[in-house]
Amino acid sequence: MAQYMFLLYDSEEWYDNVTPDDWQQAMKLHGAFAEAVEKAGARILGGEALERSTTASTVKQREGAEPLVTDGPFIETKEALGGYYVIEARDLDQALELAKICPSGNVEVRPVMNTSSDSQPPA
Amino acid sequence: MTEAVEVTRVVDQAHRESWSTVLASVVRLTRDLDLAEDCTQDAFVQALRTWPDGIPSNPGGWLTTVARRLALDRLRRETNLWRKLPLLVEEPGEIEQPTDPLRLVFTCCHPALARESQVALTLRLICGLTTREVAAVLLISESTAAARITRAKKKIAAAGIPYRIPADHELPQRLDAVLTVVHLVYTAGHVAAGSALTRTDLTGRAVELARMLERLMPDEPEPQALLGLLLMTEARGDARVSADGELVLLADQDRSRWDAQLLAEGVSRATAALERGHGRFALQAAVAGLHVTAPSWSRTNWGQVVRMYDAMLVSWPTPIVALNRAAAHSLVPGADLNTVLGELDALSKEPALATYAYLPATRADVLTRLGRTDEAAEAYREAIQLTANETERRFLTARLQARGAQS
Repeated sequence: MAQYMFLLYDSEEWYDNVTPDDWQQAMKLHGAFAEAVEKAGARILGGEALERSTTASTVKQREGAEPLVTDGPFIETKEALGGYYVIEARDLDQALELAKICPSGNVEVRPVMNTSSDSQPPA
Repeated sequence: MTEAVEVTRVVDQAHRESWSTVLASVVRLTRDLDLAEDCTQDAFVQALRTWPDGIPSNPGGWLTTVARRLALDRLRRETNLWRKLPLLVEEPGEIEQPTDPLRLVFTCCHPALARESQVALTLRLICGLTTREVAAVLLISESTAAARITRAKKKIAAAGIPYRIPADHELPQRLDAVLTVVHLVYTAGHVAAGSALTRTDLTGRAVELARMLERLMPDEPEPQALLGLLLMTEARGDARVSADGELVLLADQDRSRWDAQLLAEGVSRATAALERGHGRFALQAAVAGLHVTAPSWSRTNWGQVVRMYDAMLVSWPTPIVALNRAAAHSLVPGADLNTVLGELDALSKEPALATYAYLPATRADVLTRLGRTDEAAEAYREAIQLTANETERRFLTARLQARGAQS
């Protein structure tokens, strides 16, 4: 068996008018997907929903200067996605400090969304 | 019963002086900006209702106690939040901490927020401006201001932007953002569009903020430098506008109308800060200090001013610093004006300066002194088109007409 990472891209406008019913429906679809994976004899090793891209921050390494923290997602197109970590940290400040020492030129830091059973659609 | 007028005055004063302290204390309790803002607002409403029966001896303390009680009541009612409460409440008994507003400032000016959001949030949460006032100050529509503030608050909650003062090693970068925002708040008040040239209330709040930063971070030279810079600008306030409301440039100001006490306060801070470091605001305060201690515009030590801008350019090579340097260079006795014009022309290709009226205004002045009146007139027209401030526009128009009369 080999391992693959699925990167899920969707329109974020969906979040703007999402109802609790829509939310439950989406959760069901992901549940069905998990069952289908299992039925195929494959396994989900991990996965998270992410908060909207507006909540992202980006840490950029700079030559001869402190890494630069900016608001928003990583938008350059020259670089390509080369890996990922899921980190549990105290707060965004600690996450950003760790992103600064992460061996990558650019790290987008995106909060993981709460999708536990008592979670609400994101405000 | 206390007179209604007196109650309104005291509540207004408490709003100016204590808004951020009250709000910050409630934020420390709830970690929820919206809830904290609502409860702080409600505490002020309660003050208007109950203070006619007697104004408390410590209005700020009264407001903090009431706002925190309102917040706790609401948290208890909303069971979902109540479950989280044990995590949120800390240090019981400590109702006010002197550093509360400072934590809130660092939250508002967090680098994960866009600069425009930092400014809007600071105006709203620290200065206590309404969304409508924030919109007026930033020259944006009310709906844009509201959206900007809401988005920023959502990000603080969703991304987990903490409510804390950064550690020493993070401080230089983080502090620079805070000082930049305070300076932008002051500038917004200073060149607010509309008929009045300054919005005293806003500049006053920026100065108070700078005072707070200086007081709470005595080891840092840059807050002291920023305060010095603002005080020296404040000191010139009256002389900046003539009796009939016209803009008077620094060059033509009646220096005897400057506020000597504010100047002395500003200069001593600039001097002390410059002895401790050469940060961006220390150097800017040094430039201001060279201006205010000069006997006249022409006898200003322009060579020294240029050297300060050169020092700034080493660490902050921005087009605006380069423009200020070029403008100062044009005033050094015997300066080669054609060289200066070349510098200005190069800068006019900078996108950052494309809508900046000071660039064509400076070019117009240099072109006039070179005797190239037609080009000067064109540059004046460009500057007039770019300025949003009515008084500045009238001033530039008068300059343009004076050119017309000569040629």
